[in-house]
Amino acid sequence: MIGSVAKVHWVLLLAVGVLAAAAGTGWAWRNASEGNSTASSDDKVGRLSESFSDRKKRLGESSYSGLERKLRGQRDKFTITIRQPVGPPRVELRAPNSLQRGKPITVACSTCHASRPANFANRTPADLDEFHQDLTFAHGNVTCLSCHNPDNYDTLHLADGSSVEYSDVMTLCAQCHGPQTRDYRHGAHGGMIGYWDLSRGPRTRNNCVDCHDPHAPSFPAMKPTFKPRDRFLNSTIDAKKGHSEVHPHER
Amino acid sequence: MSDSQRANGSDPSSASNAEPLLPILGQSGSTRRTMMKGAGLTLGLAAFGKAISPLTAIPENVSVAEFLQQHYKELSSDDKKTILARLEAEAKENYGAEVSISDHRPIPGVKFGYAINLSKCNGNGKCVEACHTENNHDRTTQESYIRVLEMDKGSMDLETANTTYTHTVPQDDKFYMPVQCQQCDNPPCVTVCPVEATWKEEDGIVVVDYNWCIGCRYCEAACPYHARRFNWEAPTVPTDDINPNQSYLSNRIRPQGVVEKCHYCLHRTREGRLPACLEACPTGARVFGDLNDPESEIVWILKNKRVFVLKEDLGTQPSFFYFFDS
Repeated sequence: MIGSVAKVHWVLLLAVGVLAAAAGTGWAWRNASEGNSTASSDDKVGRLSESFSDRKKRLGESSYSGLERKLRGQRDKFTITIRQPVGPPRVELRAPNSLQRGKPITVACSTCHASRPANFANRTPADLDEFHQDLTFAHGNVTCLSCHNPDNYDTLHLADGSSVEYSDVMTLCAQCHGPQTRDYRHGAHGGMIGYWDLSRGPRTRNNCVDCHDPHAPSFPAMKPTFKPRDRFLNSTIDAKKGHSEVHPHER
Repeated sequence: MSDSQRANGSDPSSASNAEPLLPILGQSGSTRRTMMKGAGLTLGLAAFGKAISPLTAIPENVSVAEFLQQHYKELSSDDKKTILARLEAEAKENYGAEVSISDHRPIPGVKFGYAINLSKCNGNGKCVEACHTENNHDRTTQESYIRVLEMDKGSMDLETANTTYTHTVPQDDKFYMPVQCQQCDNPPCVTVCPVEATWKEEDGIVVVDYNWCIGCRYCEAACPYHARRFNWEAPTVPTDDINPNQSYLSNRIRPQGVVEKCHYCLHRTREGRLPACLEACPTGARVFGDLNDPESEIVWILKNKRVFVLKEDLGTQPSFFYFFDS
């Protein structure tokens, strides 16, 4: 008798299962979304044991479908625009520490420098006695005239003496900062906005001086402005005080 | 003492004639129990008969698969349109916002990869904020798909990392490692999902169907990168702050009780655009691209930089990489 009751239970379970399968109406975004996924899962089986170095190599080399995509005519139709400084900077016409009020008057470099001979003995703003003393300068051992052109202050000059426009300042920076330039050329340095896929839209990239002040180029310190609030955390807990019950990772 | 108690207690001869107080094992005869068993059996058989009755209605020459498919419905594009329209109407009703929800499909031949330059990242958290606004995250918890870990230089101990620092960055003795979904090629979160509400798509993005998720949070526990988030409450987003450019599998406003995660901004990246966190990064530490394109930035980094993946030993095979300048 006990055995037959157990059987009845199994039959009931089965009945419920069949009911659910037959009467239930599923709405599966996944199945509708996925095309043929068998190929990718076949790939996966062989790759689960692949080491990272092998995988990195494969990711760097197996570019067939990427090439194929390009050959199918999806060539890059759009270009990368590198932002440029508009031209020679304008300088505020006032002495440092002056109490001048109101809208500052700005002038081109050549306004003053055209009539003042260049003094190669001045290496940093600290050496000056009239203008530019308050300029923060922290750029290695270079001097003002390493970059500024003493023959024409509205331009810069390269190491070989040839002049270069302010808008082409990257050429100047690239003389010393080789690794950064290499990384920049390969898209591994510097911020950008727009499209990763140039067949669909353009991209705009920062130039050196968008992020680096040429007179003090190290990237400035920042203050974090946004922090997720963990719901398990009392927001009043100070990071230094800590909290014994808080997992270190959430601290 | 009541009358009945007195009768039972005082007269033992009358008790021996009555029914036994406890059932005696092995005793045959019609009892209430056997009757109940019979009734249960009858009901069970009736239920079973009812349950299998649709099988008798199967037309000839129809396979079981074909038969069940009528009931486990695959969405047609019209069905999808209806659903997207319904979700847009829900967003209007619940959040008062005019949104457009699309269904962005993977670009054929593309496999997304993401890399972060740990020599550049200074932990300022602009990516965290950009993710928050782009993806219509809950404003109360300031949720985001990205956590920036502040860690001691020379250490890779995630357990001692700090995510809630508020001091000026970078600190000299620290380095900063943003962690978000690593879009694993062998994703443990997908394996554990009991209802297949999360899966990996052809371009490598692991997605969640928020309307299929049952909120069991197995995936959240399975993820070694702490990359999944659970909507304990329906997200609160002011109408004016809602990003109306939405997609079904990405940044549409999630319902309460479902799991969500970074989807590489698929509503942007599948249109060819860069992810929001990359565009927001002021240090240029983030690089995104197509791993299948030999000329892409991300492939150059894999070939030429010191690259590592997080928790490589787990065999999750992330599509997310960390690299250094030198």
